[in-house]
Amino acid sequence: MARLSSGYGGRDSLLRLLAHFFRIDPPLLLALLLLCATGLVALYSASGQDLDTVLRQGLRMAVAFGAMLLLAQVPSRSLRLWAPWVYAGGVALLIVVLVAGDVGKGAQRWLDLGVLRFQPSEILKIGLPLAMAWYLSERPLPPRLGRILVAVVVTAVPCVLIAYQPDLGTALLVCCSGLFALFLSGMHWRLLLGFVAIAAASTPVLWHFMHDYQRRRVLTFLNPESDPLGSGYHIIQSKIAIGSGGTYGKGWLNGTQSNLDFLPERSTDFVFAVYGEEFGFIGAVLLLLLYVFVVLRGLMFAVGAQDSFERILAGSLSLTFFFYLFVNIGMVTGLLPVVGVPLPLMSYGGTSMVTLMAGFGILMAINSHRRLLA
Amino acid sequence: MATRDPIRDHFFEANLFRSRAIMAATVCAALLLLLAGRLFFLQGIGHSHYATLSTSNRVRLMAVAPTRGLVFDRDGVLLAENLPSYRLELTPESIPDMDRTLASLHELLEFSDNDVSRLRKALRRKRPFEGIPLLDNLSDDQVARMAANRHRFPGVDIAARLSRNYPLGDLTAHVLGYVGRIDERELLDLDPNNYSGTSYVGKIGIEKQYEDLLHGSVGFQQVEVNAEGRILRVLEEMPPVPGKDIYLTLEIALQTAAREALGESSGAVVALDPLNGDVLAMISQPAFDPNPFVSGISASTYAELSRAEERPLFNRALSGQYPPGSIIKPFLGLAALETGLQPVERVQFCRGYYMLPNDERRYRDWKKHGHGVVDLRAAIAQSCDVYFYDLALRLGIDRIAPYLAAFGFGTHSGIDSTGEAEGLLPSRAWKRKMRNEPWFPGETLITGIGQGYLAATPLQLASATATLASGGVRMRPRLLASVATAPGTRDTRGAQVLSRMEIVDQAHWESILAAMQDVVHDYRGTAFSSHRDVGYRVAGKTGTAQVVAIAQDGEYDADKLARELRDHALYVAYAPVRAPRIAVAVLVEHGGSGGRVAAPVARRVMDEYLLRGTAAAEVRD
Repeated sequence: MARLSSGYGGRDSLLRLLAHFFRIDPPLLLALLLLCATGLVALYSASGQDLDTVLRQGLRMAVAFGAMLLLAQVPSRSLRLWAPWVYAGGVALLIVVLVAGDVGKGAQRWLDLGVLRFQPSEILKIGLPLAMAWYLSERPLPPRLGRILVAVVVTAVPCVLIAYQPDLGTALLVCCSGLFALFLSGMHWRLLLGFVAIAAASTPVLWHFMHDYQRRRVLTFLNPESDPLGSGYHIIQSKIAIGSGGTYGKGWLNGTQSNLDFLPERSTDFVFAVYGEEFGFIGAVLLLLLYVFVVLRGLMFAVGAQDSFERILAGSLSLTFFFYLFVNIGMVTGLLPVVGVPLPLMSYGGTSMVTLMAGFGILMAINSHRRLLA
Repeated sequence: MATRDPIRDHFFEANLFRSRAIMAATVCAALLLLLAGRLFFLQGIGHSHYATLSTSNRVRLMAVAPTRGLVFDRDGVLLAENLPSYRLELTPESIPDMDRTLASLHELLEFSDNDVSRLRKALRRKRPFEGIPLLDNLSDDQVARMAANRHRFPGVDIAARLSRNYPLGDLTAHVLGYVGRIDERELLDLDPNNYSGTSYVGKIGIEKQYEDLLHGSVGFQQVEVNAEGRILRVLEEMPPVPGKDIYLTLEIALQTAAREALGESSGAVVALDPLNGDVLAMISQPAFDPNPFVSGISASTYAELSRAEERPLFNRALSGQYPPGSIIKPFLGLAALETGLQPVERVQFCRGYYMLPNDERRYRDWKKHGHGVVDLRAAIAQSCDVYFYDLALRLGIDRIAPYLAAFGFGTHSGIDSTGEAEGLLPSRAWKRKMRNEPWFPGETLITGIGQGYLAATPLQLASATATLASGGVRMRPRLLASVATAPGTRDTRGAQVLSRMEIVDQAHWESILAAMQDVVHDYRGTAFSSHRDVGYRVAGKTGTAQVVAIAQDGEYDADKLARELRDHALYVAYAPVRAPRIAVAVLVEHGGSGGRVAAPVARRVMDEYLLRGTAAAEVRD
């Protein structure tokens, strides 16, 4: 309160007051708005200068910011109460999807509620960190082995359900949000290493359960040129797009790889390649810095939070956001296999946008709670 | 909830979390550096590599074929041209219902199920925006019908391209040759860059000989394509350099006259300008229409042409090899004089046959009861065989062969066309090599009347006659007169001297030429009857080439022999004698007597060339 009162008077302070009232962190909001704006700029080029697409995406962003604003008002007490129910509801819906979901692009991911069609797996992106934070913070930290094992099961159940749809990318993200929570809860190093070892040992088992197209993606990642017209085409064209951008890029709307259809999925998963082609190395690094700022801001909120529930929740959400962008950019630049992970806030598509912004709403709520107490 | 746990240490937990968060932030920073490093690897270090890949992705080089050069005769009469030909093309992506379109098209134009199945095969291979041909070489009527119904057929277009056409058809077929689709063997020899847009190449004749001049240089279009390969725009253009127009030495009026003079007979006429070797006319009969060869001749038509007994595809003027018969006599007479074997006055008694010592065999004269006493001049004028049996025997094959070689017998004349045969000039060495046999005196004897192994092409006979006319200067026969370098200017090709003979005594040449004039102008001459009232002095020589040997006691009777066994009629001549302007060789296959059959053909050609009056000039201008 002391910090706020120092700048009273004038329009500047009026904005601060508004931000304070709506429990908004202006720097984070600004960074998110910049990312979204960059996303719209890249989307305009990627969609072949289709203003309708851009407007549709802008509308989704507005909805997503609404969700953020809404969740920013929810005190962490309420979140803690809802946590197990959100998780349980999400898992239940996943089971419903498996039994009666819509098939889209060869995978059962969608639930059609008449007016609303959405992927229940999105709920778990928030629901699992909530549940993990809630469960782990119930007892003193670091957690004991028994609690860790229960936490692993809590993480594994939705992950397996999502992977079974099959949606490897989301399963990976959800799984990691759980593991991040475990890591942040301070679980012992030896246990952590043990889990990593077990995970590595189970890779062949995982391979066995993979779908053919998923196996192909892994193989293609290992050697994209082996299949230049098939699965490797995505990676090759994406690398060509980014590499041909050079230091300064080809300029907005001048990306030949994207405008001439060489780049597949360029509005969605591969939007970074469009951006990299048109804005070059400098543009790409600036974008990375913007993302870093968002992640660090989130981690700062986490460190400054009041209790372990808030800390683990905020930390897990921030790290998951980072993981999101790392996997996407790593995939687009050919560092990682092609897993269907969109670039947060920039890829075309609605559901994940809303979930992400809801997560930032939670972060802001935690931050404002701290400030209110200070 | 925290209150339920008495030993909870909030300070410891906050610290624990802080250390974990710092660790996580460190890992994040490291991974971000990794991403930035990766970006630097792609966009910094790898930029030029990926820029090249990106360019080759989107930029495609398209060849633009040059327009083939035209061919004219020496006066500018068009002999080979490029005419637009029309093709019906279907673009699948613009055709809503292929089956219905085809059905309605079928009501309008005629095409076979074969055409349709070919189209359907191409449909599967080609991209939807590429035009697929249904019908080639549409007639004007078909084009008009399509144009009128255009609105009914979206996606159906008429594509125009240039196709080679020979307006004079068979008149120039053997000289010009023709172009045809490039085949696999030719593909290996042609410059792949320069021919990247071309689908036709000269196959024979002038079209093949001057392929380099006529073809021109390929042009290029740099186009931008999208991932499907559709052309979006032209980035850069380098227009093709069209092929050069060329002018031949031929004179179409003379060519026409030669063909008319030859009539229905199969044979050949070659007319040369003795001064420079220009080929003024070159006819081989029967001929063929070269135009079907351009668009792709059907297998059955080709088989018919190549199997026909009269062999219309065979260029007799260049590739046909015939015994020269009595044509050889003036050349041998000159050899006898120039080598000092005998004076021109030496006489010989001809009793109708000649015999070698110690040999029963009779070498007969064409005149059953002989010519009586003849000197060299009379022997040439009346074509006495006995005189030349004796002359050849005394001269010997070792002196005959090199002297005839100086007139171009037995070697390529070097004419700028394809398929020239080299004839055959036998010698002792040749026989040893080819037959592994010694040379027999009897073979020298029959060489003296142009029979036996001796063989020459009509072109060689014309060239030898021209050499005689120009006093031993042998010019390379040529078909190309000039090349159009720019509009209105022609780069004239110089004449080329192949060899100059050493003249021992001009009088020897004069006497041979006098004998050859007797052939035409003396009432006893073998070509006298066909040259009555000729308006200029001609030196000529008739020849009759045996196709079959007549038995010792047999008699040649043309009526009793099958046509293909009858003698070839030959005639060579040049005129005017004082200032020779034209040398002609005529061959009429199985025509019989050279004087009766071949000489009138030559006369009509020479008349056309030398006597073209003011009236003719008016017509031509």
